[in-house]
Amino acid sequence: MDYLTIIQILDSMLRLSAPLIFACLAGLFSERSGIFDIGLEGKMLASAFFSAAVAAATGSVWLGLMAGLTASMILAAIHGFASITFQGNQLISGVAINFLASGMTALIGQNWFRLGGRTPSLSGDGRFLPIEFPFAESIGKIPFLGPIYSELLSGHTILVYVALLTVPFTWWLLFKTRFGLRLRAVGENPEAVDTGGVSVSFLRYRAVLICGLLCGLGGAYLATGMAAGFIRDMTAGKGFIALAALIFAKWRPAYALYACLLFGFLEAIAIRYQNITIEGVGTIPVQFMQALPYILTIVILAGLVGKAIPPKAGGEPYVKER
Amino acid sequence: MKNLPKWVDLVLIPVINLFLAFMISGLVVVYIGENPFRAMQIIINGSLGSAYGLGYTLYYATNFIFTGLAVAVAFHARMFNIGGEGQAMVGGLGTALVCLFIDWPHWTIAFPVAIMSAALFGAAWSAIPAYLQAKRGSHIVITTIMFNFIAYSLMVYLLVHVLKPKGQMAPESAKFVAGSNLPSAHDIFSWFGMAFPKSPPLNVTFLLAVLACFLIWLFIWRTRMGYAIRAFGWSETAAVYAGISPFKIIMVSMLVSGGLAGMMSINSVMGEAERLLIDSVQGAGFVGIAAALMGRSHPLGVFLAAVLFGVLYQGGAELEFEMPAVSREMIVVIQALVILFTGALENLVRVPIGKIFMKLKLKQN
Repeated sequence: MDYLTIIQILDSMLRLSAPLIFACLAGLFSERSGIFDIGLEGKMLASAFFSAAVAAATGSVWLGLMAGLTASMILAAIHGFASITFQGNQLISGVAINFLASGMTALIGQNWFRLGGRTPSLSGDGRFLPIEFPFAESIGKIPFLGPIYSELLSGHTILVYVALLTVPFTWWLLFKTRFGLRLRAVGENPEAVDTGGVSVSFLRYRAVLICGLLCGLGGAYLATGMAAGFIRDMTAGKGFIALAALIFAKWRPAYALYACLLFGFLEAIAIRYQNITIEGVGTIPVQFMQALPYILTIVILAGLVGKAIPPKAGGEPYVKER
Repeated sequence: MKNLPKWVDLVLIPVINLFLAFMISGLVVVYIGENPFRAMQIIINGSLGSAYGLGYTLYYATNFIFTGLAVAVAFHARMFNIGGEGQAMVGGLGTALVCLFIDWPHWTIAFPVAIMSAALFGAAWSAIPAYLQAKRGSHIVITTIMFNFIAYSLMVYLLVHVLKPKGQMAPESAKFVAGSNLPSAHDIFSWFGMAFPKSPPLNVTFLLAVLACFLIWLFIWRTRMGYAIRAFGWSETAAVYAGISPFKIIMVSMLVSGGLAGMMSINSVMGEAERLLIDSVQGAGFVGIAAALMGRSHPLGVFLAAVLFGVLYQGGAELEFEMPAVSREMIVVIQALVILFTGALENLVRVPIGKIFMKLKLKQN
């Protein structure tokens, strides 16, 4: 494996990690506020469809992005409605949202475009294009460090950089602001927050909507940045990998980044090499690589390597005492 | 609001929830530009209007009975087994191994062995999540989701690299030995000199599903273990105080749940496909969640809900044929709305109805 190959794998790792980072941080906000969300997948899917559909219809990727964010946040609001206002089961609500997104996108897609659930291919202003950093070509000629700048860092769509910037922003918002402190508190001990005179419901609604916004960014990136259009069920389990990454990261922003990069790396390797043959050991089938994020998460959950402890009030609806 | 009359809790509220889900689905159909009442008529005619349609409807229902019971049993212990999909997939492997490598003289001998193998494999796939929940407190929902994906990768690997016969392109196993083929509804009816169309995949497994409903009812409401499971589900602390071991309850309820999910493959793999395909479950594991929620985790309710989803699946296929604008995914939308209204948004209906009944009671007094 030569140097340029390594750079290329890391480059595709960044590309593949971006949607995971968005979805993982989305889950982080929601679950830190005490609302479990297994509907990340559905929200991303809805955003992917509506961003691609509107971008195809208007030719503007930014209008597409707005539509995608709106769709994702509507689903997030339904989740909030069910789990905060009506104190329903958050896991069941998440399952329903995944199905709703999967069914609705295919149904409406067929109705609007008649392409078997696809949207038309996006081109030009209809999608996010790679951004070349200044002097990428000339700096790229510098041995060793050059390719890192020109191949690895330069040449991604804007949403990849947004994803990377969202990580420190999330950390700042959660750990350095009053809002963040309250949000974390409401996920651990909502009674205390309520006693302090802060509305538990309002806080949780805001967390859930931020979750919708971030899932929306991830979904829009899938359909208008990474690919050029929507295809049926294109999230293909990314929402659940993000959920796995969230547990892997033990609900912490910086670790969420590392976990997403790791899972993106595994995916990049699986795409590039299919079955990996190691001398003397045998062949690692590509299916094993694909399952590895889930297996690693099980290992973490089993407490074999550290212990993953979710926010204490997660999953429990808060019933105000009267 | 705990003491609502039983018929309100078990019949009225589910019916209103269902009505809401159907109403919104109807609006979706209107949006697409078709008549929802005609759509409903096509669904009902296509699924119940002929022996042919009924054969398909009950075939689907058989799948959903098993996965629905699986979710229901776990619900009684307050475990949300979302891994029916993976457990059914691995159960399919158990069925396939029995039917591929043993030369069965007659299906009556193959049938019980395959049932045991399918249940065993399904239960094994739920054993690790159950153990992790019981011993380490790892959330069962997360672990079973992960196991669904691992199961899928495992099946792809096995079918592409191990079970696929040499020289064949499609990633599926060889055809099962002839002696393991289960009698279809056509065969069974012809024993009694009656006619039933040949093509519907309905087979003897339907009777097994009905028996399973009865046995699960017996298990949950008429055995000591079933009582312990329900007690644990109502209040873990009270159950522990009464000397019930949480470890035992979680393991037993999840193993029974996984076993039931695995047994679904008797219908779809042994009864219908007669070979192992990559996606032999096709979302039935998730339909089971909807069936268990609608059926209030009671075997009779699960049975009725499973038949309803069978109607939707078969009728939906007919609908796509008659109304090309309404594609098959309409069923997924209806399923999602049923889960949303009967599961997550339950209080939307329950609370107002509870208030109405409180008022009625006050007036009577």
